[in-house]
Amino acid sequence: MYDLAIIGGGPAALSGAVYAGRKRLDTVLIAKEIGGQLLLTSGIENYLGFESITGAELADKFANQMAQYDIDEIIGEKVVELFKQDYFFKIRTEGDQWSEARAVILASGKRSRTLNVPGERELTGRGVAYCATCDAPLFAGRKVAVIGGGNSAFEAVIDLLPIATEIFLIDIAPHWFADQILIDRIEESPKVKSFQLHRVVEILGERRVSEIVIEPIEGGEIKQFNVQGVFVEIGLVPNSEFVEGLVKMNQYQEIIVDCHARTNVPGLFAAGDVTDVPEKQVIISAGEGAKAALSAYRYLIRQKGQV
Amino acid sequence: MAIFSEHEREHVMETLGELERNVKLIFFTQDFECESCRQSHELLKELADLSDKLSLKVYDFKEDKEIVEKYRIDKIPALAVEGEKDYGIRYFGTPAGYEFAALLENILDVSRGTVELSEETTEELQEIDSLIHIQVFVTPTCPYCPRAVRTAHKLAQANDWIQADMVSATEFPHLANKYDVFSVPKVIINEGIEFEGALPERHFVQHILMAASSRT
Ligand SMILES: Cc1cc2nc3c(=O)[nH]c(=O)nc-3n(C[C@H](O)[C@H](O)[C@H](O)COP(=O)(O)OP(=O)(O)OC[C@H]3O[C@@H](n4cnc5c(N)ncnc54)[C@H](O)[C@@H]3O)c2cc1C
Repeated sequence: MYDLAIIGGGPAALSGAVYAGRKRLDTVLIAKEIGGQLLLTSGIENYLGFESITGAELADKFANQMAQYDIDEIIGEKVVELFKQDYFFKIRTEGDQWSEARAVILASGKRSRTLNVPGERELTGRGVAYCATCDAPLFAGRKVAVIGGGNSAFEAVIDLLPIATEIFLIDIAPHWFADQILIDRIEESPKVKSFQLHRVVEILGERRVSEIVIEPIEGGEIKQFNVQGVFVEIGLVPNSEFVEGLVKMNQYQEIIVDCHARTNVPGLFAAGDVTDVPEKQVIISAGEGAKAALSAYRYLIRQKGQV
Repeated sequence: MAIFSEHEREHVMETLGELERNVKLIFFTQDFECESCRQSHELLKELADLSDKLSLKVYDFKEDKEIVEKYRIDKIPALAVEGEKDYGIRYFGTPAGYEFAALLENILDVSRGTVELSEETTEELQEIDSLIHIQVFVTPTCPYCPRAVRTAHKLAQANDWIQADMVSATEFPHLANKYDVFSVPKVIINEGIEFEGALPERHFVQHILMAASSRT
């Protein structure tokens, strides 16, 4: 049985692992992959100590720092079940690996939100894409749609600008939520056609995306465009399904924590984007991960004193 | 023009310091080099210069027919990473961007002569008794791709029946088109079986076993 299990492989989890390692807690880190959302960013310019660094490089540095400590790792596995038994937690992964730990830090972060329209799921990987950095180069000479109006949507458009022939930028809101500096770069381009106050109705295609159907949210004429790609950039949802029913969450399914990174379940801590802590940033997640590990350490000492 | 910065060169040299046995980089290009052939060639030249244990051998795609056939090369730029023997490890297109790190790790594996795989995988691979051809489509800006490429190359090294290719989707757009590559990494096994994403080793192997049992 481990002292501590950390679930996740992003900044919150890796920072937590470093702190747990320094406290010599017998720790296991279980993660689908190392890096988390860092791998989706093209560059980070607001993490202290690095003026500009790619997300992947920063993830490598975090992982190398964790490797200085004796931490067991289960990588490539998704946690699907977690429950408390007596005074400890049992954790099961998709591949049916079980682990036991006296305390757990949930640091499972967030993933892309889906549109939930007909055609989306069937055509995922066949033109519907959620990683613009990865997949933009595959759409050279093609027409594409980008859905969303925040920074990530605008970054997707910027990745596609030199490659695609025409870009439809579709967003449900009346105003862009992206930084002005990004908006300025796009609004000059004749390739980009914007549709604010529009929603996606359906994505069409047999083996691959061929058309997108949109409509004005206030009602009005339905529009249909030929596109080969649809980049969905409409925000994120927490990876908290596997603790549903166990721990208290807010209306966005974010795990509620107090200022010690504690959830309502004793021994269960949470950190980073998966929690209701305001502002989702690398530096904040890393800080919260550290805090969660120190809180867990304190909890474990007290628990051992009692047993 | 040097491809590696001073800092990168140091880092790569340090990594290559771990090399055990000699590793051959066998590169296929042609006399009048295509743009990406030239880039690959430069990259590999600089890389091979960084360790005594690493050598670069260059063949001409048109002239050296026998070798081209022996290594089953059907497009260029192409690279085979060879150790004690040819494990069936191939790179079609430039192993640059995120893929470069995967190439380095691959070279280390080949130099060691062994790869780290789970016991289950090692056992399951023994069931394979016919040729398996894995193609992993990537883009240089895809952070998830090296993981799929690494798994494929490890499996190739572990089993003589398996050949694993990294294929650059942007350098071979006609192939990306043929295999409907709209998302990377995309893995094609023996033409018939395909999946997207960097699956864990165990799931990757399940797809290979499927391909092995569905051969005609
Ligand atoms: C496009 C983009 C650009 C960004 N740019 C910046 C920026 O410039 N500066 C900045 O500070 N922040 C930026 N962010 C935000 C930043 O990336 C996040 O705030 C940060 O990564 C959150 O860290 P985390 O560890 O809480 O979660 P995540 O990074 O989401 O990591 C979660 C980890 O948990 C794993 N996981 C999930 N579910 C499970 C499960 N069931 N079992 C096991 N493992 C699981 C995941 O695989 C992942 O490893 C950006 C985000 C995006 C998407």
